[in-house]
This record gives sequence, C-alpha cells and structure tokens, in this order.
Amino acid sequence: MAESVIKPPKKQLGPVAWMRMHLFSSWYNTLLTLIVGYLLVTSVGPVLNWLLLDADFKGSDPSDCTGAGACWLFINQRLNFFIYGFYPNELQWRIDVMFALLALSFVPQFIENFPGRKWLGIFGMTGLPVVGYVLIPGGSFGLEAVDSAKWGGLTLTLIIAYIGIIASLPIGILLALGRRSDMPIIRGLCVVFIEVWRAVPLITVLFMASVMLPLFLPEGMNFEKLMRALIGITLWQSAYMAEVIRGGLQAIPRGQYEAADALGLGYWKKTGLIILPQALKMVIPGIVNTFIALFKDTTLVLIIGLFDILGTVQSTITDPAWQNVAVEGYVFVAFCFWVFCFGISRYSQKLERKLDTGHKS
Amino acid sequence: MMGNPMTETTRTPDSQQNSESRSEPKVDIIRVEGMHKWYGDFHVLKDLNLTVKQGERIVICGPSGSGKSTFIRCINRLEEHQQGKIVVDDVELTDDVRQIDTVRREVGMVFQHFNLFPHLTVLENCCLSPIWVRKIPRKEAEASAMEYLERVKIPDQANKYPGQLSGGQQQRVAIARALCMKPKIMLFDEPTSALDPEMIKEVLDVMVELAKSGMTMICVTHEMGFAKTVADRVIFMDGGEIVEEAPPQEFFSNPREPRTQKFLEQILHN
Ligand SMILES: Nc1ncnc2c1ncn2[C@@H]1O[C@H](COP(=O)(O)OP(=O)(O)OP(=O)(O)O)[C@@H](O)[C@H]1O
Ligand SMILES: [Mg+2]
Repeated sequence: MAESVIKPPKKQLGPVAWMRMHLFSSWYNTLLTLIVGYLLVTSVGPVLNWLLLDADFKGSDPSDCTGAGACWLFINQRLNFFIYGFYPNELQWRIDVMFALLALSFVPQFIENFPGRKWLGIFGMTGLPVVGYVLIPGGSFGLEAVDSAKWGGLTLTLIIAYIGIIASLPIGILLALGRRSDMPIIRGLCVVFIEVWRAVPLITVLFMASVMLPLFLPEGMNFEKLMRALIGITLWQSAYMAEVIRGGLQAIPRGQYEAADALGLGYWKKTGLIILPQALKMVIPGIVNTFIALFKDTTLVLIIGLFDILGTVQSTITDPAWQNVAVEGYVFVAFCFWVFCFGISRYSQKLERKLDTGHKS
Repeated sequence: MMGNPMTETTRTPDSQQNSESRSEPKVDIIRVEGMHKWYGDFHVLKDLNLTVKQGERIVICGPSGSGKSTFIRCINRLEEHQQGKIVVDDVELTDDVRQIDTVRREVGMVFQHFNLFPHLTVLENCCLSPIWVRKIPRKEAEASAMEYLERVKIPDQANKYPGQLSGGQQQRVAIARALCMKPKIMLFDEPTSALDPEMIKEVLDVMVELAKSGMTMICVTHEMGFAKTVADRVIFMDGGEIVEEAPPQEFFSNPREPRTQKFLEQILHN
C-alpha cells in the first residue's frame, strides 16, 4: 500500500518570494505596502510608549503619575469600584464566587476534552443564573441583602448582558416559531410583538421602562429600576433574536419537515430534534452578532442612572483629585469590552467548526 | 453472527408479523375511496379508488405532473385530501391529529431526495423515531437499527454523517430509517431517480429483498425492470386519474388504454 500513497503537493514559498507575491505584486500594491508600512512605523512606537514604556503602574496617589505615558495607577487604584460598584467590601466575595463560577462554566468550553465540559456549559446557562439570583441580591439563606442600587461596574454590565442573552434566546426562539405558526392568532401576536419592539430604539425602551412603566403599573406593584430595565432589554433583544432565528428556520428545506412528519414525530419533537438544531446552527454567526451588539448596548443603562462599567469609569474620571485620566479610563473600558466580545466571538467560531458535519446542499 | 437477517425470517420482527398474517385471510390494509384533492383551484387528484391488501406490492407510474407523488403523500397525510375517504390499517385519515400520528407510525416513507437529517449520524437518524415516538430504550433501538443497516448492507457507515455518504448509500440509510419504525406499509416516491446509474442497482436490490420479505409496498418509480419482477399490480396515472391498473405481465405486454400505450412507448424507447 505504502508505495502507492501520493501526498498532495505542498505549496512552499521562501520569504522573498512570499513578499514579492503578497506585498509587491504590482506597482499599486507596492505603493500601498509602502504607505501602510510608513503609518505603522510612525504610529506603533508612540502608542507602545504611551501604553507601556512611559506608563506608570505603581504608586498610591495621583502625584505618582509622573511619566509621559498612561497613568494606569488610576485604574489600579479604583479597580475595586470599576468591578464591584458600590457593593459592600465585606460582601464582595459573593460576586467573586459568581465570577469564578462564570469562568468555570465557560473557560473549559475552549479546552478540548475537558472532563464534563458539556455539563459545565449547561450549568452556565441554567444553574448559574439561579445561583446568582440567590447570591447577589442576598436576603435569603441568611445572606445580608444588598440593594440593587448598590450594584455597579463590571458586575452590573455582566449581569445585564448575561440575563439579556440567556433570556432572549428562548423567547426569541418561541417568537420565531410563533411567527411561522399555522395558527393565525399566535402568528399575529408574534408579528405585532416583534415589529413593535424592533421599531423602538433601545434608549426609548430604557426610558419607558424607568419612567413610564411605573405609571401604568398598579399601586404597590413596583419593580426595582434594574428589574424594569432588564425586562425591557430582554424583550427588545428577543425581538431581534426572533428575526435572526426565523432566517435559520426559513433556510431548512421542506424535505426535513416532511421526513420528520413521515416518521411520526409530533410538532414539538420535530421542532426540537430536527428543525431547531439545524436552524440554530445555521444562524450562529447572526446570534453571536446580536449577543455582541447587546453586550455593548448595555452601556446605555447609564442614561437611566445605573452605573455599569462605563458609568463607574465616567464618574471617576471627573474626580478632581485625578487629572487627565479620561483616556486611560476609556481605554480600560474598551479593553474590558473587547476581551468579552472577542471571547464570545472565538467561542462561536469553535462551535461552528465543531457542528460542521460535512453537509453541503 | 446471526447470518443474513433477511433469510432468518423468524428473527426479524416485521417478518414475524407477516408470517402471522399469512395464515389469516389477507386484509385490506389501505382503502382509498372516491378521493379528490385540489391545490387551490387546481384539481390534482380526481376520484381515486384503490385497495391494497397486506403484503401486496404496487408500482405507480405515469408522466411527470400526473399526481403520483401527491397521491402517495396523501396516504400518510403529508398532503391533505378534500373529498373521499382514505383508510389505512383500519384508521381513517381525518383532521384528527392522533389518527394521523397513528397512521404515520405504521407507514414508512422513502423520498426522492433521501431527506436524511444532516446533523445526526446514520445510526442516530435510524434510532431517532423509535426512541422518541415508539419509546423504545436506546440500547434496544440501536441494536435493531444496526440490524436494519446490515440488511441494507451499510453497517460500517453507522457513525458517519449523511453528508459523508454517496447518494446510493444515503438512500439505503433512508430505507433503513423507515424500516426501524417497523412499519406495516412502505411508500417509495421515485427512490432512484436522483441517483447515478451505478447506484440505482444497489438501492433496487434492497427494495427487491424487502419485497421478498413480505412488506406491503407502494412504489412510484419508472424502473420498469423492478415493476416486472416485483409488482403484483402496476397502476398508470395521468392527469390526476388512475387510467389503468393491471398485473405487470398484462400491463407491459398488452396495455388497454391508448394513454398507457403512448407512455410505455416513450419510456421503453429511452
Ligand atoms: N404544493 C403545490 N401547490 C400547487 N400545485 C402543486 C403542488 N405540488 C404539486 N403541484 C402540482 O400538482 C401536480 C401533480 O404533482 P406531483 O408532484 O404529484 O406529480 P408527479 O406525478 O409526482 O410528477 P413527477 O414525476 O414530476 O414527480 C403537478 O401539476 C404539480 O405542478
Ligand atoms: Mg413526484
């Protein structure tokens, strides 16, 4: 056997050949290479200097920021506030537990063959919110209650984004299925719901949730501001989610429905075992895109007086004790968002590759 | 090793059923009476009447658009009929969802384009319905599925995905998937017409074997060789009507209706 095996030819290029092919293949490519190269050389140096080489990391107060670069000391000093908001110091372990559980659920998803990683993922989607619901507000199981007005910083950002994501997916699925239902009443309701929520900007939803909703609610029934914002964000997000998922449902060939029908699978089994797994897989990029958009849109809660990570940073950079730390603050916020969004994006790519079963048609 | 399950008639569950029924007088397992169907205003099926006895093999042929697919799809209610009566295994097809489900459990269907579930392996495709509809324990369902995969001669592909198989292999998986529900009736809608010529035979062989085992079969097909060797009756449809119905020898050697004659001429000349 061995002598008849022919390997596919390898494409190999030396560095000079590679450069000629990819960077200097024509006069305008050469020109572009030179321009981009010039910009890189002139900008990377100063940026690097500011970020790291000339930056101050150590010290205890603003006067220690003497270098020409960034004053990371500022972030360092206020990190507790940026992460936990006004959550009492002695109770912050509860949030730390949540961070640990969050990491435990999702970091293994990137590690091939991690024992029980599927169950950890399922815990992350179902058990984690329950634990959080007990732990973060407290007030039960002998835990001291912490008013939601004290939640803030990265914690609040993650709570809003996480609940928005976890809750909007199932609601979105139901709405998408409803919109394709044979029953006119269900279909009509879903269409109206989706079209109404999708046509409203998130800012409006948040204002409505915080200002107008209390006016409509009966006396005595009053959710906290955060709860109202969460409901608003979730419903708004699920309208978007529904349309993304509907795109996937529409792409499933009719033969799949017929084969499932012919095998005697009822509506819910057909939907849950055959249609949804394929439809969701198809729209993973769209779903993740909506997740990432929501993750960043959570910063809008600033306008109804909730202090998410951007809110906490914003309120600190105006502190007169610290001078000119706005850029550092915003870079820090951008970096935090980037870490999470990039993580979500990488995970979705992994998932797509894993679910690829070689079916092309 | 249990040997070829096709020949060991007492082992396979559906042949057991058949050997029981062989001692009884043959029952009418499908009855279609005065059935009409419309798509909007378009009258697709006109006054169809057909009785199929248990164990009978029927081949339906006819020109494109004559309503063959629509007809057999009415038998497991993938399409709804608007007038007349369809009774399958003593259950009448009405709007009642439970009755439809009962009928679908007893009727297997094989499609022109296989319609395998691409996100499930071959074995999972076969086990899905036995587990979720028949509520058979997974272990048992898998064992039985492997038996059927052996019958269609692809047990070695059990853990592949449909996208990794050839057309002929996919169609054989589709047949195994339908058989795993242990149906009393099998419907085939042009099972070989999407296949390359060299794959047609492997699928037809499986169908011939199935016919020998005593399965009640209704096949829409233009494979006249198959019709000649296997069919008890050949039905010719045109324009939504059953034009002619005869045993294969008579149908091919001595067709009565001019429309049948014309159709056969066209087919046999190609
Ligand atoms: N969903 C539908 N809506 C409207 N008309 C339809 C629909 N499905 C089929 N038809 C029409 O009904 C007629 C019968 O179609 P059918 O698919 O049963 O034909 P067929 O005999 O199976 O043809 P073929 O050999 O090409 O498969 C055709 O004229 C077709 O255009
Ligand atoms: Mg057809």
